Amino acid sequence: MRDRVWITLGLIVFLVGITYPIWFNNAAGVRAEAPVLRKPVKGPNCVAPLEYMRASHMELLTAWRDEVVRQGNRRFVAFDGRTYTMSLSKTCLDCHDNRAEFCDRCHSYAGVSPYCWDCHVDPRQARTVRAWAGRPQAEGWAR
Amino acid sequence: MSMDRKTFLKLGGCGLAAAVAGNKLAGLVQIAGGQSAPGEKTLRASRWAMVIDTRKCQRADGCDACIRACHEAHNVPSIPDPRREIKWAWKDRFEHAFPELETSPLPGDVRERQVLLLCNHCANPPCVRVCPTRATWKRQSDGIVMMDWHRCIGCRYCVAACPYGSRSFNWFDPRPYIRNMHAEYPTRTRGVVEKCTFCEERLAEGRLPACVEACPEKALVFGDAADPNSEVSQLLREQFALRRKPELGTEPQVFYLL
Amino acid sequence: MFMFEKAIVGSRRYWVWVACLLGLIVAGLLAYLRQLSYGLGITGLSRDVTWGLYIAQFTFLVGVAASAVMVVLPYYLHNFKVFGKVTILGEMLAISAVTMCMLFILVDMGQPARVWNVVLHPTPNSIMFWDMISLGGYLILNAIIALVTLRAERNAVAPPGWVKPLILLSIPWAISIHTVTAFLYSGLPGRPFWLTAVMAPRFLASAFSSGPALLILLCMIMRRVTWFDVGREPIQKLGLIVTYAMVVNVFLVLMELFTTFYSGIPEHRRHFEFLFVGYQGQAQLVPWMWTSVGLAVLALLLLLVPRYRHNDRLLAVACVATFISLWIDKGLGLIVGGFVPTPLGTVAQYFPTLLETLITLGVWAFGLLLITIFYKITLSVREALAY
Repeated sequence: MRDRVWITLGLIVFLVGITYPIWFNNAAGVRAEAPVLRKPVKGPNCVAPLEYMRASHMELLTAWRDEVVRQGNRRFVAFDGRTYTMSLSKTCLDCHDNRAEFCDRCHSYAGVSPYCWDCHVDPRQARTVRAWAGRPQAEGWAR
Repeated sequence: MSMDRKTFLKLGGCGLAAAVAGNKLAGLVQIAGGQSAPGEKTLRASRWAMVIDTRKCQRADGCDACIRACHEAHNVPSIPDPRREIKWAWKDRFEHAFPELETSPLPGDVRERQVLLLCNHCANPPCVRVCPTRATWKRQSDGIVMMDWHRCIGCRYCVAACPYGSRSFNWFDPRPYIRNMHAEYPTRTRGVVEKCTFCEERLAEGRLPACVEACPEKALVFGDAADPNSEVSQLLREQFALRRKPELGTEPQVFYLL
Repeated sequence: MFMFEKAIVGSRRYWVWVACLLGLIVAGLLAYLRQLSYGLGITGLSRDVTWGLYIAQFTFLVGVAASAVMVVLPYYLHNFKVFGKVTILGEMLAISAVTMCMLFILVDMGQPARVWNVVLHPTPNSIMFWDMISLGGYLILNAIIALVTLRAERNAVAPPGWVKPLILLSIPWAISIHTVTAFLYSGLPGRPFWLTAVMAPRFLASAFSSGPALLILLCMIMRRVTWFDVGREPIQKLGLIVTYAMVVNVFLVLMELFTTFYSGIPEHRRHFEFLFVGYQGQAQLVPWMWTSVGLAVLALLLLLVPRYRHNDRLLAVACVATFISLWIDKGLGLIVGGFVPTPLGTVAQYFPTLLETLITLGVWAFGLLLITIFYKITLSVREALAY
């Protein structure tokens, strides 16, 4: 029964710790601001209706991915009859030409880190990478 | 906009799986009110194959135009450590390409030749047989042994299974080693296996593989081995061609003229 | 329910031992974090030797796990009462070994976050798929059996009837895990060293000697550091099993050598040459392999002569020799020897790196910690019954 104090104390410390971000941010007056996204350069038409894209673009991208990689189908006839090439780097980033101010801004706001860019290349990034790539790098930890 | 939000969500969510299943027969899929379609310019074949004429591929200057074109087109890194190299196509000594002929007498300069090596796109590929996730599979339509880098778990069973050393594993992030990274083709991430795909992304645009196009000696011939009128079939009818390790029953689709 | 409370009380020596293991586990974990962020490039593996220490430990430990059948089968199928006290120890050893196997597979993966893909895209044509099923099933079977029988022992009642079919099922299942693991290797057309029908039988024979050898050593350690003495007879009977299995294992190795060298097919021969005399000037594994041979001969000598085998000290030496000999054979020679020479006829080098070794030790330490905890619980239950 003497442990009761310690248990209660431990629980309080735990609760304070886990809720720390909430009250700290409230006290500091930090407000969540909705991210401001950069508008696409080529007008309002997207491969699917705006609402769908906002909510479910990841599902469309996954479906595109499977169609291209596993079925070998690369063309997409959109809901409005327009035809696109199913390609993240070539089609999506052609309009949304600034990944940092479009994809990343919203993703970091939502706290998600999709792994698209581990492999897919943002044309902008390719240009900057080209400037410093090619120099030999130490392999570090490898023998 | 003819659909309401509910419909889109349905299409996008669980509905997608059903749509995929429903359209499997047609080979097409409904996505967000749109539909996928095969490319219009896609080059098609029942069984893609390559014939490599090792006689033509012997320029004194040590030409490697095909390899450079391939590696440039696919963002293949240039890793200096040969133990961690990534290579889709490379040249090796004749006795490494055909180790079973190591002690056989061979005519002329055959033994001194450098031989272009790449994935054989076997008709009976051991790598596909062993892959636990179907991240590598044989495309039924044209015989290309494909790779899905989204799915590969990096177990390297396929590397152990390939009798030709055609598969490379990313031992670390390859990007710092890519000389001319471009956005037309993805790079790979660390921890996945990669290899030549017979340039299926170029075939889809109606272009021949990068190596075939780049060869100044026209030593590489690419075509449909199932079509008797293709250049590949004609060459194989007229001349004796070697395949690597045919005794293993893998049925390579890359043929070598000596 | 899991009687875990019995594992958190113990002597000072117990806690020092647990602390040492935890230290190794933390070191391994830190090394693994480095591997996660950098990639498998921190290991000594290369494009020619793509599997190494991790997969070798996996293969060896599948054998240790399968060997539980050597106590389960006599006890449950033949009502061999002598093994009454060691059977559950064997099952617990199997649980620990299978857990280590799974961890070794996980640390060997280039994209461990995608491990679920194996379940999302089940691929029956891949032996790895079947290995997952057999290992997972074996773990579940043994976990249930060990828990239920230990609880029955604690309550001084007979185990419930429904567990008997599970125990019977676990016997062929144990054989299957090592058979399927052998199939991982023996079905590859491009690797002549592994392409042998004797692979699965040999795996089983070596498992049935190294596993019981380890169990004997664990029993002897328990006799020294705890109040619990399993008794002389079970250890001697286990020693007999080690003897028979080791003889069969050596016999099968000799079969392999005959076929390889009498046929003289270079693709097969040169792997053995690499291992035992060196190939193209590369002889990195030669001292290891001859150590393995020497230890095997020593073990056979001590095991085959009854006078030596009946001496507990010499039996312990024989068990250590058996275990190390087979660990070298399976844990180094089998995997590296399969990759070198490469399919292109070249030789490649493989040396495990420091980080790779730390990760390996970390997984072993985790397995040993599991064994420690399981045995501690079992002994506590038995201690309570004894008073």
